[in-house]
Amino acid sequence: MKIQGKVWKFGNDIDTDVIIPARYLSISDPKILAQHCMEPIRPHFSNFVKNGDIIVAGENFGCGSSREHAPLAIKGCGISVVIAKSFARIFFRNALNIGLWVFEMPELYNLVEEGDTIVIDLKKGFIEHCITKKRYPTPQYPAFLQQIINSGGLISYLLKNIGEK
Amino acid sequence: MGMTITEKIIAAHSRRKKVSPGEFVMAKVDLVLANDITAPLTIKEFYAAKAKKIFNRNKIVFVLDHYVPNKDINSAENCRLIREFAQKYRITNLFEGCNGGVEHALLPEKGLIKPGTLIIGADSHTCTYGALGAFATGVGSTDVAGVMLTGEIWLKVPETMRIIFYGKKRRWVYGKDLILKIIGDIGVDGAHYKTIDFSGETIENLSMPERFTICNMVIESGAKNGIIAADEITRTYLKKVCRRTPIYYKNDPDAHFCRVLEYDVSKIDPLVALPHSPQNVQSVYELNRIYVDQVVVGSCTNGWFEDLRIVAKILKGKKVNKNVRLLIFPATYQIYKKALSEGLIQIFIDAGAVVCPPTCGPCLGGHLGILAKGERAVSTTNRNFIGRMGHPESEVYLSNPAIAASSAVLGWIGPPEEIGLK
Repeated sequence: MKIQGKVWKFGNDIDTDVIIPARYLSISDPKILAQHCMEPIRPHFSNFVKNGDIIVAGENFGCGSSREHAPLAIKGCGISVVIAKSFARIFFRNALNIGLWVFEMPELYNLVEEGDTIVIDLKKGFIEHCITKKRYPTPQYPAFLQQIINSGGLISYLLKNIGEK
Repeated sequence: MGMTITEKIIAAHSRRKKVSPGEFVMAKVDLVLANDITAPLTIKEFYAAKAKKIFNRNKIVFVLDHYVPNKDINSAENCRLIREFAQKYRITNLFEGCNGGVEHALLPEKGLIKPGTLIIGADSHTCTYGALGAFATGVGSTDVAGVMLTGEIWLKVPETMRIIFYGKKRRWVYGKDLILKIIGDIGVDGAHYKTIDFSGETIENLSMPERFTICNMVIESGAKNGIIAADEITRTYLKKVCRRTPIYYKNDPDAHFCRVLEYDVSKIDPLVALPHSPQNVQSVYELNRIYVDQVVVGSCTNGWFEDLRIVAKILKGKKVNKNVRLLIFPATYQIYKKALSEGLIQIFIDAGAVVCPPTCGPCLGGHLGILAKGERAVSTTNRNFIGRMGHPESEVYLSNPAIAASSAVLGWIGPPEEIGLK
């Protein structure tokens, strides 16, 4: 799978209340959640995002609440991948569980500007910065997580394994 | 090499003699929890997977506590979905109304948490239960759907960081200040993916509610869980709430800690976390008059009975400043009833406070006590992110219950000394 998208850049410690404020958590439709994504710091963010776009962020992205609405809202905007220096652990689990690609890549943050284009080739395993043409290998998930991803998410993985027991 | 308490609990639940930090395991879950925000997504995921069976109807807990009494049609529909699911699968533990309260105060009160067990919850503050010597951590809704199906969860074994507290606390210093001190020092990702193990003579003398408060907020430093070895105080607490025999684990003498921090608590002032991060910590004595519009007492962090007692002690015979709205949320109905029978509610109302039903409401800007543009609140809750309690241009300051109470009287954030209490 190849993804090409424009970069939206965010700083450190982007918390889940910023990603999706609690007043919208009685909603579960990703498209409606998307309309409020990043609202406290970038109102109407989803209006500017095109399908496939990429978030690049600093450290501890997704800290705070366990709300799965956060990765759902990001995915609902059309964002295909979040690349951060680091992720808060619950957000990281949630993103993979709902099929939002997340990569920890500390070195990318200072190399890209907002608005740059990035190409990610998941099959060949590289990330290319379109201005400098620099290529970086995509970080590898541990074998255990790869099994979950390759099964098509956590629930499919579990159902498959229950079946085999 | 020996193991830490967290490593021992994970090993015991993943059929292993030994586990080491960084390893991935499938662990058996003793209790799985979701609330009215996270359970609807869990249930939808469960149905979408065409799953039909749950692993154990006695080990699933639903608590309706965030948007209750329901604030709008969506939240009412969500609660209905949970009730119907609970009925269909004959789930024993569904809590709401007078049988309910804020989940992390409620589950210990109901005797559902015991030392040595492994608890997974779709709420980040599930880590509260580490105070009882259990391994407890927060995950999202899909993870909970997975546990409901299989009774197991994948975990990466965390490294353990040790924090030792010694010395006697100063006046008006509580568990809340100890954890704020840690978050202020190590930062909001200072314990990223780690366990924080708390010990030392101060902890050994700390009440259960203060221990709960400390473990509750480890997530604010990025930790996976917090843990306090069960001791006499834990045993005494458990005797009141549950009859089952727990397993008490201790750190091995040669257990490995990735980092050790020691604190002399006699040097810690009552602290306040300034907007917009729990790590922006400052001594209350260093603050210039920060005027507040609202004061909130409650939540899974500081809505315990002991917290209400502190607030009542400060408010007795006093009036809330006319420019301040003081909202008090007992964390559970049991706590509410006890506060009522001991006369605390009367003190609150006489002082001019609004006493609200047990709910998470204002802590997360859910409902009840939402801040308008430019408004400022001091709160005993756990987070002060941008827009946490309402408008993105409002501000939340975090403090212990004593500081919150004296601030309600003063009209600005200040310690009880400022209203003449020693």
